[in-house]
Amino acid sequence: MSDATITAARRSPLSAEASSLGGVTLTPGAPLLRLILRGAEAAEAADTAFGADLPRRPNRSATAGERAALWLGPDEWLLLAPESDAASLPASLASALAQAPHALVNVSHRQTAILVSGSGVEPLLNAFVPLELTEAAFPVGMATRTIFEKAEIVLWRTGSAAFHIEVWRSFAPYVWELLEAVRRENAAN
Amino acid sequence: MNAPFRTEAGGRVDRARPLSFTFDGKSYPGFEGDTLASALLANGVHLVGRSFKYHRPRGLLSAGAEEPNALVGVGRGGRYTPNLRATQVELFDGLVAESQNRWPSLGFDVGEVNDLAPAGLLSAGFYYKTFMAPAGAWKSVFEPIIRKTAGLGVAPQEPDPDHYTHRHAFCDVLVVGAGAAGLAAALAAAGAGARVILADEQAELGGGLLSERGATIDGVEASAWAERTVAALRANPNVTLLTRAQCFGYYAQNFLGIVERLTDHASSPHPDLPRERMWKVRAKQVVLATGAIERPFCFPDNDRPGVMLASAARTYVNRYGVRPGSRALVFTADESGYAAALDLASAGLAVVCIAELRAQADGPGARAARAAGLAVHPSTVVTGVSGRLRVTGATLGAIGPDGRVTPGQTVACDLVLMAGGWTPAVHLFSQSRGKLRFDEERQVYLPGVSAQDERSAGACNGTFGIAASLAEGFAAGADAATKAGFAATAPATPDVKGEIVPAGGFHGAVPHHRDPQKVKAFVDFQNDVTAKDIKLAVREGMRSIEHVKRYTTNGMATDQGKTSNMQGLAIASDALGKPMPQVGLTTFRPPYTPVTFGAFAGHSRGLAFDPIRRTPTHDWAAAQGAVFEDVGMWKRAWFFPRRGEDMHAAVERECRQVRASVGIFDGSTLGKIEVVGPDAAEFMNRLYTNPWSKLEPGRCRYGLMLNEAGFVMDDGVIGRLAADRFHVTTTTGGAPRVLAHMEDYLQTEFTDLKVWLTSTTEQWAVIAVQGPNARKVLEPLVEGIDISAAAMPHMSLREGRICGVPTRLFRVSFTGELGFEVNVPADYGQAVWEAVWAEGQKHDMVAYGTESMHVLRAEKGYIIVGQETDGTVTPNDLGLDWAIGKAKPDFVGKRSLTRPDLVKADRKQLVGLLTEDPAVLLEEGAQVAAVATPVRGTPALGHVTSAYRSPAAGRSIAMALVAGGRARKGQTLYVPMANGAIAVTVTDPIFFDPKGERLDV
Amino acid sequence: MLLIRCPVCEMDRPELEFRYGGEAHIARPLDPSKVSDEEWADFLYFRTNPKGLHVERWRHTAGCGRFFNAVRHTVTDRFVTTYKSGEPRPDLEALARKLESAR
Ligand SMILES: [Zn+2]
Repeated sequence: MSDATITAARRSPLSAEASSLGGVTLTPGAPLLRLILRGAEAAEAADTAFGADLPRRPNRSATAGERAALWLGPDEWLLLAPESDAASLPASLASALAQAPHALVNVSHRQTAILVSGSGVEPLLNAFVPLELTEAAFPVGMATRTIFEKAEIVLWRTGSAAFHIEVWRSFAPYVWELLEAVRRENAAN
Repeated sequence: MNAPFRTEAGGRVDRARPLSFTFDGKSYPGFEGDTLASALLANGVHLVGRSFKYHRPRGLLSAGAEEPNALVGVGRGGRYTPNLRATQVELFDGLVAESQNRWPSLGFDVGEVNDLAPAGLLSAGFYYKTFMAPAGAWKSVFEPIIRKTAGLGVAPQEPDPDHYTHRHAFCDVLVVGAGAAGLAAALAAAGAGARVILADEQAELGGGLLSERGATIDGVEASAWAERTVAALRANPNVTLLTRAQCFGYYAQNFLGIVERLTDHASSPHPDLPRERMWKVRAKQVVLATGAIERPFCFPDNDRPGVMLASAARTYVNRYGVRPGSRALVFTADESGYAAALDLASAGLAVVCIAELRAQADGPGARAARAAGLAVHPSTVVTGVSGRLRVTGATLGAIGPDGRVTPGQTVACDLVLMAGGWTPAVHLFSQSRGKLRFDEERQVYLPGVSAQDERSAGACNGTFGIAASLAEGFAAGADAATKAGFAATAPATPDVKGEIVPAGGFHGAVPHHRDPQKVKAFVDFQNDVTAKDIKLAVREGMRSIEHVKRYTTNGMATDQGKTSNMQGLAIASDALGKPMPQVGLTTFRPPYTPVTFGAFAGHSRGLAFDPIRRTPTHDWAAAQGAVFEDVGMWKRAWFFPRRGEDMHAAVERECRQVRASVGIFDGSTLGKIEVVGPDAAEFMNRLYTNPWSKLEPGRCRYGLMLNEAGFVMDDGVIGRLAADRFHVTTTTGGAPRVLAHMEDYLQTEFTDLKVWLTSTTEQWAVIAVQGPNARKVLEPLVEGIDISAAAMPHMSLREGRICGVPTRLFRVSFTGELGFEVNVPADYGQAVWEAVWAEGQKHDMVAYGTESMHVLRAEKGYIIVGQETDGTVTPNDLGLDWAIGKAKPDFVGKRSLTRPDLVKADRKQLVGLLTEDPAVLLEEGAQVAAVATPVRGTPALGHVTSAYRSPAAGRSIAMALVAGGRARKGQTLYVPMANGAIAVTVTDPIFFDPKGERLDV
Repeated sequence: MLLIRCPVCEMDRPELEFRYGGEAHIARPLDPSKVSDEEWADFLYFRTNPKGLHVERWRHTAGCGRFFNAVRHTVTDRFVTTYKSGEPRPDLEALARKLESAR
C-alpha cells in the first residue's frame, strides 16, 4: 500500500501545535511510516533490508539515517521510517523476508508521535510515567512500552533531554493535554 | 494592632512582614512565619474548638502534626478544607479560619450539656449498647441526630477548584524528617555522592532544632546550625529538599508516599500551581528520622484550654516568639519539662512551680531549674484544674510513699504544661512491616527488626538529645549510602553544648485522690475517651488493645491516636495487670496524617479522569449535531437528531431511511486484529468455533469465540486477505480482551504455531454504508474493485482504493440490508467519509448512530455479545450451532460444550418476545415468568436482553433468554412489572426479512 | 506498587505494567476430547491456592508483552523469582528453604 499518490485530505489525530514553556518543548510528530515486524527468525534478513540492525537486546533501539528500529518484545520491533519510504519499504521488506516466517503489519495511522524535549523533560514525564528516567536508568536509545497514567505508550529516548512518545491515535489528545497541564505547573513552580 | 502575647524579640517569624487573618469572623494580626496556632496564641486566643462527644471547650495541646484539639476549617467556598490542624496551618495575609463542632458559638455551645450528662450515658460502648434496638431505629432516628450534634468538620459543598498532581521519583537515600538526625543523615549520604531526597512536613527544615534555645552546635545556636546545614544541602545538585511534605505511607519495596503542599500557605498562589503534589518515591535506602511525640498527662480536666504539652510551649516561645500564657505551672516526669520551664522563664513568664511526678528531682534539668531559681516539687502531681474556657488555676497533690495522693495546695496559673515523656514516632517503621520491640526500661516501642531497606535515627529510634541524634543521623546516612553503593563514612559529630537531654517519662493515668466516677481525665482528646472509659472496657471483658480501641474508639479519630495510643495501652495494661507488650499494640496504618482525595486523584479527575477516545470522524458527527454515548472510553455517535426530534423520532427516521435507501455509520471503534503467519488459519481454527482452513482469500465469515468454559466471549466478521493473513474484527468493548486471550493461547499453549497478532483497531477508520442503495453510493468512488453483486458477493473482501485512498472494502451487513464497510487508514477517515456522504446525498443518505444500529440488528435477530450474552451463554443457547465447526478436533471451549451442565434441556435459550399490545415496550433486564403473579421466591424463567420499537416490524420487539425457550414458541409468558404483568408471546428471535432476501442484492 | 522483575526485559519494572494470569503450569490437555468431564472440570476450575509460595503467570502487558512465570509468596506478597514461560517450574521446597535460611 502506497500513500504517495493520495490527494484526500489527511487529518492528524492531534490538532495541537509545537510550543515551548518552562524549558520543555512539545511537538506533534510528523506522519511516519510505521511497521510492526514480528518473528525472531526474520530479524537477520530484515537488518539488511531495513538498513539498521534490529536490536536483539531488550528495550533498545537502532537508527540509520531517518530510520529507526525499536525493540518492543523478543520477536517484535516497531520500524519507523519517513513517509517517503511508504511506497517502497514495505514491499522491499516483504520480499526480503519471504523465506522467513514473519508478520509485517502497517500501523502508520494506528499511532502518532509526541516529541518532548528540554531540560525539564524528566520530571514532566515522571508525573505520569512510573519508570526511572535518569540517563543512567533510561539511557539514550532506550525504548519500551510503558504506562502513561491511563494510556499505554512507547517511550523512546532520542537524546539526553529528548523523548519520542508513540501513542495510539485516540489516546494522543489525552497524553498531550496531560503533558501540557504539568508543563504549566512546572513552569509556575 | 498589637498581639498582646508576642515576645519583644526573637523567634523565627518575620516581624517585618505583618499579616492579618480572621478566626471565627474576628480579625487578628500575625507575622509571616506564624502558624495559625502560634498567631492565635500571640493574640491570647486559647479556646479553639469543641470536643467531639462532650463539646468541651478545647485549646491547643501541641504545636505539630499530633494536634488533636485545634481542628479548624480554612478557606472559603470550594477551597474550604475542614479538619486542618491549626498547628500546621501556615499563616498568610487574608487567611480565613473557623472553629468546628460548636453551635451556636465557640464560647457558648449547647452541645456542652453532654458534658453534664449522668455518668455512664456517653461512656465507652455507648454506641453499641444504646442503639441495638429496635431494628431500623439506628438509620432513621439515632444516626441523623448523632451526625448533627457530634462529629468533626463539614465537607465543602462546591467542587474543588484546585488541581493536584503526581510525581514518580527515585533516589538512593530518602530521609524522612529534617530534625537533627534527618539533617545529619542527609548530609552524610549526600556527601558520599548519593542522590538524596529529604522530606519534612514543615515549612522550614530543622525540626526540633528550630525550637531550641541555649544549646549550641559547633559554637552556633542550634537553629543557626540547621540553617547552615540546609544551605549546604540545597547547594548540592544531588539533593532534593521537600518542605511542607508529609510522608504519609511506607509501602512494599521501599515505595513511599509523600504529599507536598504547594499553595495552602500562599495568599494568592500562581493559578497554574497545583495545590498539592503527591510524590511516589522509590528509594534504594530509607532513613526514618521522624522524631518523637510528647505524651500528655492523664489527670482530671487535663483538656482545659491552657493545658499544653511542654514541648509545644517551648516551640511557641522559642520558634514563634509567642508567650502561651503569663503564669505557668510545669508538670513533668521528664528532663525535657525543665528545659521548657527555663525557656518560659527566660521569655518573661512567671513559672509558678515545677511539679515533678518522680520522687527524685535531681537530674540535670532539675539542677538547672533550681539554679535558675525555679521551685521544684518532687513526688507531686496535678490533680485537677480550675477554669472552663481557660485554665485559672491548678490543684497539686503529693504522692506518699504508699503511692496514695494527698491533696495539696491550689496555685493560680493560666498555663499548665505537661511533660510526660516521649513516644518515638515509629509509625512509618511499623508501616514498612518492620517488627517493633518493647523497651522495658523506657516503656516504649522502638524499631526492632527491619523488613525493608531502612533504618531509624534520632528520637524515633529512642535516641534523644541533639548530640546523640546527630551522631546516629550521620551513621544512618552513611550506612544508607553505603548500602546504596557509595563509599561513605559518618562525619565527625559536631560539638554540642548546653542541651538538656530528654530522659524519664511516665505512663498511665496520673494518681489522684478524687472520686474517679466524677472526673474526666482524657486519654484521647479528639474522640473524648477518658481513663475511666478504658478501665470500663477492660471490666466489660476487652482483653486485647485492638478490642479496647474499638470499644472505646481510643485512637480512632483523625489524629490516629498520636498522643493517646500509648497512654491508652498503659492504662489498659494497668487495669489488666499485664505488661504492655502482652496487651498488644494497635496497628499503624497509612496515612500518618489525613491526605486529601485530590492528592490521590491527581490529574485523574473531570475530563481527564479517563482518556476520551474519539474516532477519526468524530468532528464530522459533532458538526452534524450527533448526540454521543460512552462505550468504554469511546465517544460514539448515538443518534443524529434533526430540529425538534427526540431520540425516538430520530431513531425511527434513521432506521426507515436505511431500509428505504441508504445510511452511513461509523464503525471505527470495532476491534481489529491482524493475524499473520504461515499458521494463521490453524490458529484461527483453534481460537474460533468456525472452520477457517477452506475460507478463500477475499471471503469473510462470521466468527464466534468461546472461552475455555464454552461460553461466548466475542464475535465478529473475519476476512481472509491472503493464505497467511486474516483481518479479524471484534466487538468494540472486547478488543483488548480478545487480543489478550489470543496472545495467552499463542504464547502459552499453542507455542508450535508460527503466527503473530497485531492490533489494527486504530489503523483503520471504518465507514459502514448500509441499505439497498449502498452499492450505488460507493460505485463512483471505488477504484480497482468491481463491487457488482456478481463480482463481490455478500461476505467478501477486496483491496483497492476509494477516493484515491487505499481501502479494505468488506461487503458485510449488520442491518440485514445490502451493506459495505469501507476501511481506510485513519487519517483519511474523515475525507473519505465526507466524499461518501456527498455522493450519498443523491440517494437521501442518512447518518445513523449506535441506537439505530441496535434496532436494525435486533430486527434481524443479530446478537450483541454483552447484551444477549453475560458470560454464561453457549452457542447453542443463542441458536448459533451453525457457527460451530463440528468436524474440527479441537478449539478453545469445544470440550466444555459437552459438559453435563451445558447440554441440559432447560438451559436459557434466546427467543423473541412479542407483547400482546404492540405499543408496549418491554424493559431490558426485566424478568420473564410463567404466570402473571409468580409466588414470591419463584425463580424467573429468564430475562429480556433487548427491547426496541421496530419501525420495520411496526411494533415493539424484544429478545430474551428463557429456560427451554425454543420449545415454548407460541406460549404466553409474563413479564411482571411494578404496575402489573405484561403478557408476551414467545417467537423466533427474528422480526424482519426472515429469509435474508434483502442481503443478496 | 510492587516492582516485578521481567525475565524477558531483564529489568525490574513497576507493577502497573503487568497483568496477573492465574496459577502457572496448568497445562491444557493435548486432546481435550479424551479427558473425562471430571478431569476437564478440574482443569477449568480447580487451583491449589496455597498459603506460601505460589507459582503464577504474569504478563508484561505494557512492556515486552510476554507471559512469564513467577514464584510469589502469598503471605508476604514477595516475588521470590521470575522465569520465562516454557522454563521448568523451580523446586519450591528448595526455594522455601532458601527463604527460611535468609531470614
Ligand atoms: Zn518485559
